[in-house]
Amino acid sequence: MNNHEALMPLVAEIVDIRVDTPDVKTFTVLTPDGKKPFDHMPGQCAMVSAPGVGEAMFSITSSPTDTEKMEFSIKRCGGFTEYLHGVDVGQQITVRGPYGRPFPVDTEFKGKNLLFIAGGIGLAPLRSVINYCRDKKDDYGKIDIVYGSRSKDDLVDYAEILNEWCSDKNVNVHLTIDREQEGWDGHVGFVPNYVSELGFDTNRIGIICGPPIMIKFTLGNLTKLGFEKTQIYTTMELRMKCGIGKCGRCNIGSKYVCKDGPVFRFDELDELPDEY
Amino acid sequence: MYKIKISDLPALFDKLSEKYDVFLPVDFDNGAKYKKYEKGDVLSEKLNTVKSPKDFFFPQTEDMMRFKTEGKKIDVIDIREPKDDFIVFGVTECDVKSFEVLDNVFLSEPADTYYAEKRAHGVLISRACSKPSETCFCKTYGIDPSEPSGDISTWKADGTLYLRPNTDKGEAVISVISGILTEADDDEVNKEKEKINKILDRLPLKNLTTEGFGAGKTAELFDRPEWAGLSQSCLGCGTCTFVCPTCQCYDIRDFKTNDGVIRYRCWDSCMYSEFTKMSAGQPRLTQKERFRQRFMHKLVYYPENNGGLYSCVGCGRCLQSCPISMNIVKVMKALGGKNE
Repeated sequence: MNNHEALMPLVAEIVDIRVDTPDVKTFTVLTPDGKKPFDHMPGQCAMVSAPGVGEAMFSITSSPTDTEKMEFSIKRCGGFTEYLHGVDVGQQITVRGPYGRPFPVDTEFKGKNLLFIAGGIGLAPLRSVINYCRDKKDDYGKIDIVYGSRSKDDLVDYAEILNEWCSDKNVNVHLTIDREQEGWDGHVGFVPNYVSELGFDTNRIGIICGPPIMIKFTLGNLTKLGFEKTQIYTTMELRMKCGIGKCGRCNIGSKYVCKDGPVFRFDELDELPDEY
Repeated sequence: MYKIKISDLPALFDKLSEKYDVFLPVDFDNGAKYKKYEKGDVLSEKLNTVKSPKDFFFPQTEDMMRFKTEGKKIDVIDIREPKDDFIVFGVTECDVKSFEVLDNVFLSEPADTYYAEKRAHGVLISRACSKPSETCFCKTYGIDPSEPSGDISTWKADGTLYLRPNTDKGEAVISVISGILTEADDDEVNKEKEKINKILDRLPLKNLTTEGFGAGKTAELFDRPEWAGLSQSCLGCGTCTFVCPTCQCYDIRDFKTNDGVIRYRCWDSCMYSEFTKMSAGQPRLTQKERFRQRFMHKLVYYPENNGGLYSCVGCGRCLQSCPISMNIVKVMKALGGKNE
C-alpha cells in the first residue's frame, strides 16, 4: 500500500466486463496506462469507487500470479453495485488498497492439501487463492473445490471452472446446485450436505466462503468429519469506509475486519463476540 | 516557569496572533466554545468547553479530495494545502489526554495524513483545571487536572498566569512572547495544585473505578443482561459521540458540485442504525447492540488494542448533554466492579 496516502485512490479503467450470472459480473481493471493498479496477496481487498456514486470494499478475485491485470467479481445488490452493473467498457473508476490480512499461503497453507468450499458469490474471494495455489502447485498438496449455487446459471466463473480447474490434474472440482434443473446432470443438494457426503479426511486445510447460513452448517459438518477449528479458515465482510482500521465500523469485538481480517481462522472467531 | 499578569493577557494574545492563528475558549450564550482570537476576545472562565478541541485536528467535516469527471474519464485532485502553525489555548488535561487516544488511532500505521498534518502544526497550551464540575471523573483514568501537559502548561493563581513550556514547540511559542513574560518560581503554582486536589477530593464521582473493565473482558461483559435495560431509552441521537473528545468514527461521502465531486469525511456515530448497515445485512440490529458497541469500545476493545489505555478521559460532557441522562458512568456502575 501507498502508506502515506492510504485514503487517496488511483484512477483505473474497466477494460473488460464478463457476465457471469444474471446478477454477477466480473470487471477487469487496469490503470489508464494499461498496468495492473497494485500488487496484492490472495484474500486481500480493495476499495472500488465511482466518485459521486459510492465506494465499497470488494475482494480482489484475480490471483497475484496474474501480473497483467486485476479483477473483481461483483454481485448486484445495492446502489453502487447497481451502478457498476450499468457501465460500459472504458468507464474509469477509482481503486485503493490492498487492504487486510491475506490467506496464510506462505506459512500455514504451505505443503498442505487444500479444501475450498464456496457458495454462490462466495467463490469470488476464494478464486484469488485457488488460482494462486494452482499456479504454485509445487508448494501445495492436492486441491479440492466444492462449489454450489442456487442453479447452474448462478455459478460464478463457470467457464474458468470447466475449462481450467476441471482439467487441472492437481484439482478435484465438486459442483452442486440446490434444486434439480433441466440440462444439469451433476450433483443436486446443499453445499454443507455435499461436503459430508464427499467425506473428506482431515489431512487438509478447509477454506469456506459463502452466505452465513452455509458457512455455519459447513463448519458444523466439517467438525463432524473430525476437522479442528484451527485448520479451517473463512473470509468476512462488514461495512467499511476507510479500510485501515480508523473509521470504526467493521469491528467484531476488538478486531477490525478491514485490517485484522478479512481472513480469520475459526478458532480466532471463537474468541470474538457473535456480532457479524 | 514564566508568568504574566492576567490583566496583560490581551497583550499576550495580540502578540501570539501576529504569528499564529490562536484559538481559545470564549463565552457564548450556551457555554464556552473555541473561537479564533480577535482583538477584544476574553478567555472564558469556564473550563469545560461545550465541544472538545478534537475539531482542530479531526474536523466535524473535512474535504479530502476532488474528482473531475468528463465522459468516462476521472481525475483525482489532491486539494490539501500546507497548514500553518496554530495554537489551541486553554485546553484542560482531560482534553489534552484525549489526543493520546486519538493519536493511537490516526497516527498508527498507515497514518492518517489529514490528521497527522494538523497535529504536526498544532500547539496545545493547556491550563490547570481549577474548577472541575460535579460531572468530572478524569481521576478515574489517572488523569491529573492540576498538572496539565501539552506543549505549554499554564496555571492561573492570584491574578497571574504561570506558563511552563514542555516541548520544543512550546519553547518556540515562549520565545515569541518572552518580551512580555517574567521568570517565576514554582511556589504559587504548587499552592494552586494543592487547592485543585482538595476540590477533586470532594467530587461526587471521585470513587468511580474502571474495575471490571479493560482488555480481555469481552466474554464476561458482552452478553450481560444489563445492556437491555441500560440501552432501553437510548434515542440513538449520537450527541454523546459528537461531544466526546475521544470518539473518532467517521464516514466518507461524496458531494456533487457543478464542478465535479468533492469527497469529504465527517464525524459518524456507532449509535446510528445506518452505521453498519449493508445491502447484505445488518450486524447490529437494535439500539442495544449499537449502545453496547460504544461502551465496549471505550472500556474493553480500545484498551485491548492500546496497551490498556481507556478511550474515555472523564470530561463529563456526555453526562451533561445526553437528552435521556444515560451515560458511561451509569454503564460503569451497572456492569463494573466496586461502583456502588
